[in-house]
Amino acid sequence: MNRIKNAFLDKKAFIAFLTAGDPSLDKTAEFILEMEKAGAGLVEIGIPFTDPIADGPVIQEANIRALDAGCTTDKIFDMVKELRKKTQIPLCFLAYLNVLYKYGYERFCERCSETGIDGFIIPDLPFEEQGELKPVASKYGLDLITMIAPTSKERIKTVAKEADGFIYVVSSMGVTGERSEITTDVGEIVNTIRTVTDTPTAIGFGISKKEQVTKFAGLSDGAIVGSAIVKIIAKYGENAGEKLYEYVSEMVSGLPQ
Amino acid sequence: MSADKHGRFGEFGGQYIPETLMNEIHKLEEAYEHYKNDPEFVEELDTLNREYAGRPSLLYYAEKMTRDLGGAKIYFKREDLNHTGSHKINNVLGQVLLAKKMGKTRVIAETGAGQHGVATATAAALLDMECEVYMGKEDTIRQALNVYRMELLGTKVHPVESGTQTLKDAVNACMREWTARVDDTLYVLGSVMGPHPFPQMVGDFQSIISKEARAQILEKEGRLPDVVMACVGGGSNAMGSFREFIDDKEVRLIGCEAAGKGVETDRTAATMAVGTKGVFHGMKSYFCQNEYGQIAPVYSISAGLDYPGVGPEHAYLRDSGRAEYVPVTDEEAVQAFEYIARTEGIIAAIESSHAVAHLMKIAPEMDKDQIIICTLSGRGDKDVAAIARYRGIDLHE
Repeated sequence: MNRIKNAFLDKKAFIAFLTAGDPSLDKTAEFILEMEKAGAGLVEIGIPFTDPIADGPVIQEANIRALDAGCTTDKIFDMVKELRKKTQIPLCFLAYLNVLYKYGYERFCERCSETGIDGFIIPDLPFEEQGELKPVASKYGLDLITMIAPTSKERIKTVAKEADGFIYVVSSMGVTGERSEITTDVGEIVNTIRTVTDTPTAIGFGISKKEQVTKFAGLSDGAIVGSAIVKIIAKYGENAGEKLYEYVSEMVSGLPQ
Repeated sequence: MSADKHGRFGEFGGQYIPETLMNEIHKLEEAYEHYKNDPEFVEELDTLNREYAGRPSLLYYAEKMTRDLGGAKIYFKREDLNHTGSHKINNVLGQVLLAKKMGKTRVIAETGAGQHGVATATAAALLDMECEVYMGKEDTIRQALNVYRMELLGTKVHPVESGTQTLKDAVNACMREWTARVDDTLYVLGSVMGPHPFPQMVGDFQSIISKEARAQILEKEGRLPDVVMACVGGGSNAMGSFREFIDDKEVRLIGCEAAGKGVETDRTAATMAVGTKGVFHGMKSYFCQNEYGQIAPVYSISAGLDYPGVGPEHAYLRDSGRAEYVPVTDEEAVQAFEYIARTEGIIAAIESSHAVAHLMKIAPEMDKDQIIICTLSGRGDKDVAAIARYRGIDLHE
């Protein structure tokens, strides 16, 4: 059964991102459990890629650390399988398409399904190109989560209508990373989405502070934080667990009721 | 050939880019479809090509090499004689003019050897556009003169310090920058790669090479060539050289890739020889990658061919059997660089020298009444210091 909708059941969701294998896969599993304990409603697990074109420097560097430490797609599946014995938190992959393509869509989706992944976000797979992957994902009960950007404009309704799981609303132009100010009218984007679908929305890119979580989860159904979490892992390495618990608890306390 | 309505050549190509860029790429597609048939645009571009870039480029009969190699008649299509010293000018004049028509005020570009960067900086200076070029830090060291050349032209050069610090990372940096700022900016891609419409559009702008070459050889020899060949990194000069001959089935098309230290080593950039199908930099094509789809760090002595992928139209031409692709090592390319300099008095780019090296292998095996056209995509002034160092001479620019 797909768990993604549980993240949004009668509550706003705090969605946490981290890069798998940074600093090690054992630690990735531990960090996910810490963040769940702190109140994260869903975790996005980034599969490291050599060339993450939608990511800023913080996540780029985490990708390199993870790959240098020997992280592979197969080892990530093994980690998820073990982790699933301990938690029912909704889990998504964030991966660049080539990782799935080279693994084979069928084989990749089958392994997601058997290890307990609920869906994936593919930043370089826009709506028009989803046809090659979506039927395979559906066959295995996986949600292919789509992104909507500040530039989407008249595309919003078309894309939103077909969305599964939740809709990832990109708050800002550019790549992932913390921002002191977000100027896009994301509230307007969310309102447009809501005219065509009941699929929940979550806002990401540039969010790192409690006030931002309050604001953006208020405008939508959830807030996504990535770079700020990855930064804590970069700073504290193997000892980041406790710091992540503190940080995520603080962010979750900002969620509107 | 032309991409289908989904921007594909067979299964290759497509538009695998972040949602943030989708509307912009559609706008570019529409603008290009409009202006390529707009008589005023066509006339302006034609004038720039003739009056500014110095077209048509010569089709030069290399009599001495022909005699020395003792086989097929050898012609060189002299793109090295264009303004800015390479075929890259053909594409950038088209794209920067298009950017201007679209109301853009700024262009960005990636560069490997610096030829596309210099060409873009030149077109931007002429057409009054702001210009920023992204170049792998490793390449800014290998091609320091070109960095200063771009700065003289009023362009800001950003050394890219992420990843392998070469062409692939410069493309990553450009894509990230374009995602951050699309309203006033066009990403002037330098090769027949990236998301549709770039492979189609860059190939169209470069096809002037084969349009001219086809007419020139018919005038000089009264018949078509037996072989058309060019070097391939992303593949823009090769696509420009092939396009008008694709329907002439009797003409063999040969692309020469950079094998670096050899295709049996991990120090290579020969995508067709060692790559597998993948999706990267906006397109489905062949890429050098590992079993998990991680892009491989590629290597070639030539910064311009040091790219882990190849344009989707080339992937299609290869798989359909229309064109063949061969690997050429650093050593073979350097020998060809030296040979064509000594024999014909032409200092050709190290990129182009990869094609010359393969020509030296096949010409002697062909009959005297057969004809080869080999494109010299650029001049080799930029490579002189690197070749000297390769030969153990401590020469710095």
